[in-house]
Amino acid sequence: MAVLSQMRPIDEREFARVLAEATASKTPIEVMGAGSKQGIGRPMQTAANVSSRAMRGITLYEPSEMVMAARTGTPLSQVEMALAERRQMLAFEPVELGPLTGGQAGQATIGGVFATNTSGARRIAVGAARDHLLGVKGINGRGEVFKSGGRVMKNVTGYDLCRGLVGSWGTLAVLSEVTFKVLPVPEDTGTVVLLGLPDEFAVEVLCTAMASPFEVSGAVHLQSALVARLEHQALKTQGQAVTALRIENFAKSVAYRKGRLKDLLKVYGAMHEFDRQDSLLFWGELRRLSVLQGSDAPVWRISTAPTAAPKVVAAISAYMECRAFYDWSGGLIWAELLPTTDAGAADVRRVIATHGGHATLIRAEPQVRAAVEVFQPLEAGLEKLSRRLKTAFDPAGILNPGRMYPGI
Amino acid sequence: MPLALPEPDRAVVRQREAIVADLNRLVPAGTIIADEEGRRAYETDALTAYRCLPLAVALPSSTEEVSRLLRYCHANDIKVVARGAGTSLSGGALPAEDALVIGVSRMNRVLGIDTLNRTARVEVGITNLGITEAVKAQGFFYAPDPSSQLACTLAGNIGMNSGGAHCLKYGVTTNNVLGLKMVLIDGEVVEVGGPHLDSPGYDLMGLIVGSEGQFGIVTEATVRILRSPEGARPMLLGFASSEAAGKCVSAIIAAGIIPVAIEFMDKPAIQVCEAFAKAGYPTEVEALLIVEVEGSNEEIVDLLNVVADIAKRFNPSVVRTSQSEEQSAAIWKGRKSAFGAIGRISDYYCMDGTIPLGKLGDVLVAIGQICERHGLKVANIFHAGDGNLHPLILYDANDGSQAERAEKAGAEILELCVASGGCLTGEHGVGIEKRDLMRVQFTATDLALQMRIKTVFDPKWLLNPAKVFPLEGREAALEAA
Repeated sequence: MAVLSQMRPIDEREFARVLAEATASKTPIEVMGAGSKQGIGRPMQTAANVSSRAMRGITLYEPSEMVMAARTGTPLSQVEMALAERRQMLAFEPVELGPLTGGQAGQATIGGVFATNTSGARRIAVGAARDHLLGVKGINGRGEVFKSGGRVMKNVTGYDLCRGLVGSWGTLAVLSEVTFKVLPVPEDTGTVVLLGLPDEFAVEVLCTAMASPFEVSGAVHLQSALVARLEHQALKTQGQAVTALRIENFAKSVAYRKGRLKDLLKVYGAMHEFDRQDSLLFWGELRRLSVLQGSDAPVWRISTAPTAAPKVVAAISAYMECRAFYDWSGGLIWAELLPTTDAGAADVRRVIATHGGHATLIRAEPQVRAAVEVFQPLEAGLEKLSRRLKTAFDPAGILNPGRMYPGI
Repeated sequence: MPLALPEPDRAVVRQREAIVADLNRLVPAGTIIADEEGRRAYETDALTAYRCLPLAVALPSSTEEVSRLLRYCHANDIKVVARGAGTSLSGGALPAEDALVIGVSRMNRVLGIDTLNRTARVEVGITNLGITEAVKAQGFFYAPDPSSQLACTLAGNIGMNSGGAHCLKYGVTTNNVLGLKMVLIDGEVVEVGGPHLDSPGYDLMGLIVGSEGQFGIVTEATVRILRSPEGARPMLLGFASSEAAGKCVSAIIAAGIIPVAIEFMDKPAIQVCEAFAKAGYPTEVEALLIVEVEGSNEEIVDLLNVVADIAKRFNPSVVRTSQSEEQSAAIWKGRKSAFGAIGRISDYYCMDGTIPLGKLGDVLVAIGQICERHGLKVANIFHAGDGNLHPLILYDANDGSQAERAEKAGAEILELCVASGGCLTGEHGVGIEKRDLMRVQFTATDLALQMRIKTVFDPKWLLNPAKVFPLEGREAALEAA
């Protein structure tokens, strides 16, 4: 079915009216922010597209309380600019998924970031988007405006709907306003780099560093095939796999901790250092996922225990060509596979079943995403709970129906 | 007491003996406690004003036993109250006459420690401190640290999404749990999360943590463990007013420093804690901050110097860094035993609101006025970095009028917290205590949505009855669903 209408409600009340009407007429609708991640998930059959992008504006910012609130259509770039002015940041540094999947760069909204629980390299140290969300206002499928949480760091009043809604991809409710924790920008940033490590040693390095007291805030490993796609000239041209560890702190601490880390890891080979400028470039590039852009090949996002990660990649590679970018100390694998009819789904799912974790197909042609499980299939018990949860929020099943799972 | 408990299911109560006989057939001997004296030990938690003898108590030793018990209760419409160590300050583990208490204290094993992946798998009857004890030798710790950490179980921490003094940097329970094994009310066992990060599908774990034992009984958990810092040291900063202390906290954070903890005590709290712990607290100041930073020795010295410089802008009368491990331990002992220390001089009613930090000065003045109006004294303890305020209202439990006034003052204080932009409870949970105040913070729509989510997990509403939601209006809210 083609999209019949596009709507951009300007406020919560108007949005609520749209949803109430959709429920009354059982009309399935696609809800989104700016649509930068529209190409992710199972293709949907909807009769209308409703976007929150007209609901904009930062509604609260208290730097000394490390808290900000914004209407969900507010561009992420606007949020980050306002924070940067006060030397603060979204510590979970959400990666940019848009350009990877056919969307434009720099379009993401703050609502979309939380609705998809999108986080980046620092997630390993400070938590995910889910861990930074303090409060939400939203509209459920019945067109009712509700709230949960608040603007304070600690809040256990009632059930934790914030966590329940993060990462629900617009299938439970439309977020209209989010309140989140922000953190100071570290005074200095440095990076320790090792070159040419095989995956298994590399993940050992990452895990050893994460298990040190030096508060590593980024722990990644790029296979050489992906290194060749880096914009960072020095790394790109040296041709070997890159293993990198980030330290962020006051300048003196960065120097001290880099030194201690190099001491700790010296058995793994020669080490290089990036200063602040080079570090910001390199980690910024990772945040844009630039090494996965510019290709149509299927991309999987696999979450597993870090030490299982090299085994997962090796097992997938035994079936087909696989290029891997390990983030989160190995706990997150971005795997680019050669195009096949099922984007490698059968093999990836089989490997995950052996080694543990979960996998989401981020990039694939719509017909592939329609044919295979895009999100990790759920155990029967969890699927039952998920269906009932969907009904509790959206009894008529109008919100992004089927985007995550059939019938959910 | 003012809070009403629902009329027990007389049919269940009448069949108590037959039910106990059935339960004894389901689980090994020694699991079920049915005698009155035995049950008496479970009649209350740390909100001792409320007591109720449970139908029976079960202390299972495995997930399978929990599953059998729940399946039976579900089939026979018997209510269930899950219990960890019974340290809830909000009556979260208060039994009911027609409910089986299922205590998980015997399920306290460490199932696995994985320092490379920085996780530990444990049964949830383990104490909070027990997790840290288990991983300490390898240089790790479990971060959330409620003051009751010596006694409280991970089970209760998960139920209430507990925090602690050090969560400014490390987050609360929900930020430190990766996976759970939970028994649903019909006996089905589900696993959510695991040793990996983030959830496939909906973040059910995020919903379960903090659900106050109303979604199921959690039996095992995978928790995140962290490498201990090279060192940590607290500093004491004394001020002539609460406002100055509050402004100092704001300035520290505005300078880009996130100490691992910033604790605030007002004069009455300082004096009682000092008498108890001999921590070297300055007893003449109006407000005291304990600011702790972490790192190498040199990093600590540098950072504390910066903090001291910032503090000077607010005319502190005391700036004192801990000089030894022993002194640091004493400083924390004083703070963490604050409730106990105050309990030695008076009965108290412990509140747990949160407020935006910027409102601290005004809120403390207003709290003083509320308590004065009710003829009661108050001591304030505050996790200043994250806005979590613990006013301790002092009263004499033997004086019924005082107890009643303490509850009234408490409710007014919590309403004040909500009006200031904060919330009813920062880390203790709603339990029975704040059940009827939920309407202050939430609309009928908000509450109805939460109740529908409760029904997702527990369609017959058998788990932890009479908690979290006001008793009136439950049926109406659910019927509208």
